Amino acid sequence: MSEKELGQKWDRCLADCAVKFGTGLGLGIVFSVVFFKRRTWPIVFGTGLGLGMAYSNCQNDLRSHYVLQSKVAKEQ
Amino acid sequence: MLRVCWKGARAAARQCVCGRVKAHPLQHCRKYTTAGGSGSAAGKIVAASLLTVGGGLGGTILYAKWDPKFRANVEKSVPYSDQLFEMVLGLPPPPLVPLLKKPVKTEPLQISSLSEASKESKQPKAKAKKSDPAPVGAPAAVEETPTPQTLEEASAEAAHIISALGEVPSVPAPGTSDESPPGHTAAGEECKDHHEPVLKERPAEEVTARLAQQDKAEQDALAALTAGLEESLGSAAKITLQAIGAQEAALTAIAAHTDKLKEAMDSQTPSDEKSSQWKALNDALRDRTRAMEEAEETLLKAKGELENLRGVINSAKQSKIDTARAQILAAEENLHSMIVDLDKIVTKVQTAQTEAKIVSQYSELVNEAKAQFQQELANITPEIQADWKGLSGKLSADDLNSLIAHAHRRIDQLNRELAEQRVREQIHIEVALEQQKLEDQKALERAVVSALEHSREDMRLEQEKKVQEVREVMEAEMRTQLRRQAAAHTDHLRDVLKVQEMELREEAQEILNSKMMEQETHYRRLTQEQLDTFTLDMNAAYARLKGIEEAIDSHVIAEEEARKAHQLWLSVEALNYTLKSAGPDSPTEPLEGAVGVIKENCAENEFTQALATALPEESLSRGIYSEASLRARFYDIRRLARRVALIDETRNSLYQYFLSYLQSVLLFEREQVAPPAKLAPEDLDTFKLLAYATYSIERGDLELAAKFVNQLRGESQRVAQDWLKEARLTLETKQVISLLSAYANAVGLGTTQAP
Repeated sequence: MSEKELGQKWDRCLADCAVKFGTGLGLGIVFSVVFFKRRTWPIVFGTGLGLGMAYSNCQNDLRSHYVLQSKVAKEQ
Repeated sequence: MLRVCWKGARAAARQCVCGRVKAHPLQHCRKYTTAGGSGSAAGKIVAASLLTVGGGLGGTILYAKWDPKFRANVEKSVPYSDQLFEMVLGLPPPPLVPLLKKPVKTEPLQISSLSEASKESKQPKAKAKKSDPAPVGAPAAVEETPTPQTLEEASAEAAHIISALGEVPSVPAPGTSDESPPGHTAAGEECKDHHEPVLKERPAEEVTARLAQQDKAEQDALAALTAGLEESLGSAAKITLQAIGAQEAALTAIAAHTDKLKEAMDSQTPSDEKSSQWKALNDALRDRTRAMEEAEETLLKAKGELENLRGVINSAKQSKIDTARAQILAAEENLHSMIVDLDKIVTKVQTAQTEAKIVSQYSELVNEAKAQFQQELANITPEIQADWKGLSGKLSADDLNSLIAHAHRRIDQLNRELAEQRVREQIHIEVALEQQKLEDQKALERAVVSALEHSREDMRLEQEKKVQEVREVMEAEMRTQLRRQAAAHTDHLRDVLKVQEMELREEAQEILNSKMMEQETHYRRLTQEQLDTFTLDMNAAYARLKGIEEAIDSHVIAEEEARKAHQLWLSVEALNYTLKSAGPDSPTEPLEGAVGVIKENCAENEFTQALATALPEESLSRGIYSEASLRARFYDIRRLARRVALIDETRNSLYQYFLSYLQSVLLFEREQVAPPAKLAPEDLDTFKLLAYATYSIERGDLELAAKFVNQLRGESQRVAQDWLKEARLTLETKQVISLLSAYANAVGLGTTQAP
């Protein structure tokens, strides 16, 4: 069902966002703890990184239909 | 990072927008730059074209002015050119109509003219009165159609036809049959016959009888006339002779008397002879008077008789019998001669009378003188009386002297008188001459008049004689001509009769042939009719038989058809039923089975087969969703489509998603809007389309809703795609099935037989 596709995409997006956010946070905390003397900025950075990646992924996923892919471009 | 993204997105958007905007002004500039250079060239072209057009128009107008035919052509071919020409040149010249001369009508009345000419030619020829009515009566006979009774009349008709062509001047042809005996011409009754209003030609015997009758009557009349004439002539002659005799007697008597008188006057006879002389004179006088009276009487009688005779002659002339003409003429001559003789005698008598008068006058004068003398003597010698001649002894000297003196005196007187007379002689003579001249003139006049009359009479008689002669000659000629004509007529009749016979024979033969043919055809027709009726009956019977057979066959066929239709209908109904097996979210059963059944049932029906194969594969294998499920699903689609309304291939970042979601939340509009009949471009907005689709779906019009949904673009379209596909499938299948059911119904209705 085409109408479910979007929902699925959003689901994936959110899941991905959560994962990325968690991962980023985790890594940030780790790095902050391990390498950067418990400063805040790596956590934020890591979270931001994670969120950003998630956003980007989400966006890419959502616009994947419209983006002309290299394979198709080459064929054309 | 967000900001970066946002900026990038905006920049991209701006690029897109600006890119589009930039393109237009360039195009305009391009146009403006090229406009200036071509200005002069265009002007030149315009000027040249104007010149050409003007030149062409002017040339056309001038030539049209010169040549009217060209003008007419142009007016015919070019619609409003006639108005233009009228404005510029004036009205067109009037068309020339060639004057058709009427052919001069030649006189077809040549027949009548010919007949008239023949009439006129005939009229001067025939002097006799009979000929005048004959040609007049004959054309009258020609003009009136005689009823053909005998062969003569038929031939006369033929002659009439041919004569009407004016070949032969046989105009009096019908009349000649009446005048066939050429010898007899002219009778008053014949003229009357011709003038009768009903001119029927009589048969020959009647004609001859009538002619004989006419001849007899003529002869009788002639005889009577001649008898009368002779009688009157005889009597007149007798009386004239008598009169002449009497006149002559009178003449002699007068002469005798005159002589006697003269004698008595002149002679110196002795007295006794004198007395006897006087006696004789008296006798003579008496005789004369008597004779004169007699003569007068007889003259009167004669004149009366002559008048009678003249009257008879006139009546004879009026009776118009030509043969008597000679006699009439002779009678007239006799009359004339008698009149002449009478007149002569009368003149003689008159001259004698005048002489006698003179003599008597003379004698009277003498007597008078004597008496006077005697009286004088008596006066002078009164005693002596009577006869003095014997008294010479008795007279005395005195008496004698006185007597002598008287005598001398008398002599002197007489001498004087004589001298006077001699002197007056001339005058007297002149007077006498005058008198005589007058009398002579009178006599001359009388004589001239009578001579004139006589000569006139003579001339008239001569003329009549000549006329008579000429008439006789003409009549003889006429007779010969008529004889010739009769001969020609008989020849002509013979020819015509021959021709007619041939014609009639041919006609009769033709009629016979035609009658025979008729009879034959009639017989044939009857036989054919009989045959035809029999064949017809047979054919009818056979046709009926065939009809019955066909009816039975068709009945069988019809029943078969009905059964098939029933089957079809049942299978279609089964198909319809399968449609109902759809659940709220699950599709129906696959329609394969039912469709297979249909296909089986109507393997030979092409229409059904086509329809059955037209069903989409999906419906067959998977089944279709019901309308209700689609409806329900539509609302989901709607919600989703609204949310992603802004997303399309150009705007598809996450931010746009957010904006689109915000829009869907903030936009308030009616859920259902009635769609217009025609979609305008501004109606292609997602929200509007969805509103129309909702409206349609709520009204049960899935097709229209699908149409509207099909108009979505971008992400909304992607979202609605599946639903659209399903909707299409359902619609297709439903359409096919409805067609099938309609067809099945129709077939069922068609094959249903009314009870």
